[in-house]
Amino acid sequence: MVRRSFWLKIVSALVLFGAWQVAGMIPVSYAFPTFLESMSALARMAADGTLFTAYLETLRPLVVGVAISAFLGIGLGLWIGLSSRFDWLFSPIFIVMQAAPLAALIPLLVMAYGIGLTSKVFVVCIMAMPVIVLNTAGAVRNTPASLKEMGRSFLASDPEIIVKIIVPAASPVIFSGLRLGVSAGFIGAVLAELKITPTGVGDIITYSRSIADYPAMYAAIFSIILLAVLFLNLLERLEVYLFEGNVRGYASD
Amino acid sequence: MVMPQIKEVVDVPGAQEADNAVVARGISKTYGSVEALKNLTLEFPRGQLTSLLGPSGCGKTTLLKIIAGLLQPTAGEVEVNGKPVTGPGSDRAFVFQDFALLPWANVLRNAAFGLELRGVAKSEREAIAEKYIAEVGLKGFEKAYPHELSGGMRQRVGLARALAVDADVLLMDEPFSAVDEQTRRKFQEDLLNLVKHENKTFIFVTHSIEEAVYVSDQIAILLPRPSRVSEIIRPADLRHKNVDNIRRDPEYLDIVDSIWASLRSYVE
Ligand SMILES: Nc1ncnc2c1ncn2[C@@H]1O[C@H](COP(=O)(O)OP(=O)(O)O)[C@@H](O)[C@H]1O
Ligand SMILES: [Mg+2]
Repeated sequence: MVRRSFWLKIVSALVLFGAWQVAGMIPVSYAFPTFLESMSALARMAADGTLFTAYLETLRPLVVGVAISAFLGIGLGLWIGLSSRFDWLFSPIFIVMQAAPLAALIPLLVMAYGIGLTSKVFVVCIMAMPVIVLNTAGAVRNTPASLKEMGRSFLASDPEIIVKIIVPAASPVIFSGLRLGVSAGFIGAVLAELKITPTGVGDIITYSRSIADYPAMYAAIFSIILLAVLFLNLLERLEVYLFEGNVRGYASD
Repeated sequence: MVMPQIKEVVDVPGAQEADNAVVARGISKTYGSVEALKNLTLEFPRGQLTSLLGPSGCGKTTLLKIIAGLLQPTAGEVEVNGKPVTGPGSDRAFVFQDFALLPWANVLRNAAFGLELRGVAKSEREAIAEKYIAEVGLKGFEKAYPHELSGGMRQRVGLARALAVDADVLLMDEPFSAVDEQTRRKFQEDLLNLVKHENKTFIFVTHSIEEAVYVSDQIAILLPRPSRVSEIIRPADLRHKNVDNIRRDPEYLDIVDSIWASLRSYVE
């Protein structure tokens, strides 16, 4: 099973890269390099260290923002899900945040917090947090009543019901919120570097476009997608490790 | 107050009548405008199995949850071992109709979950749980997850969890309604053995007349509108007969028939 899905992933990646290569060779646009050109640009930037210094810069707001969004988002989500009063108070804020056009907010953020790390962290949080909060709150609210009742009948205290029943029962949806939030956080981090100050990977993208080095530009974009995919896979591993029966249980029930 | 009419199918001479593990007195429960129970009084003799039998919607689950301390009655009170019930307690354990197993926990952890909540150390509670897992016939499945088990096996886990906490009173809400007929018959036989060998009081909700007559020491027939105990039947003589022959026994068939006669007017 595991092996087959692994090979399927490889095959789908090969098909995608093949299509990219062909599209680049036609070419679809003079600004669209082939897959192999982009990969050699990636190798060049990795070899001369450009890529690593760039990621050192980009990862800072990303990691800080995603970490804040995950902890604060899950915490707030639990709180909102457990108390109908806070649901009424906070849910609308996050629904608005999720719908807000981020590009319009960036000038406001820059005005308030300058062009430094703080603004970029904010952008990542605005992108990542709402879906984490809303998913967590929804999942908590939908905990099967019979499981909570079972806990109470076997003398669980309220904190025990939260930790041993509500959180694990909500974990599949919390994790899917985390996955969506993290992907959005990656978008936020790059967006912040494109819109606020060109640093890190955003700088590579902006700079190589300005000198028409399209392979380098696509290489940078490719690398950030690759990193996001790797990170999401890691998150999936963590979920399987923490709640083994859950992951398989909900699929077949 | 509507007094239940007690029909002794066969008189058992004995004074153990006075020893009740659970007594429900004047219980009423309303949900908004729905009157689920009205002034219900019922006694549950210690060491015996009492069935609550009645059409769906007549308040069986409500009564069981009030005894469990999961619901507060609108009026009346429940005593367990002479002490009034104010909430869930260690003297009662619940077996749920939908099993209520934790999908992320294996059989061993599920069966030990009641003990885990009571703060019993891991090695100790797992040893106890293993014993009851074997007792309900699931030896070898300790590491399996609920979704890998059949409905009948899942309910055995639920039963092991309830037995493991060693409560005096076992509350079972239609425990066999979600398992297939063959498994159900096996369960009923196993339940008779449990009642005989475990020194516990069983309160058993069912909507099956045959099941109630087969397993019960005492059957309380609940009727809706207004919800009350309409009749108490004690098929005491059946309990001394060979388990294999009960279903062919004329007395068993008579009791089933008479219960059906009193219930049929409530079934559309
Ligand atoms: N939480 C609830 N809110 C409102 N009405 C309820 C609730 N639970 C049960 N009832 C009503 O109370 C009556 C008895 O329900 P229940 O105890 O579940 O019956 P039974 O278990 O005998 O089928 C039914 O009419 C049902 O609709
Ligand atoms: Mg019911």
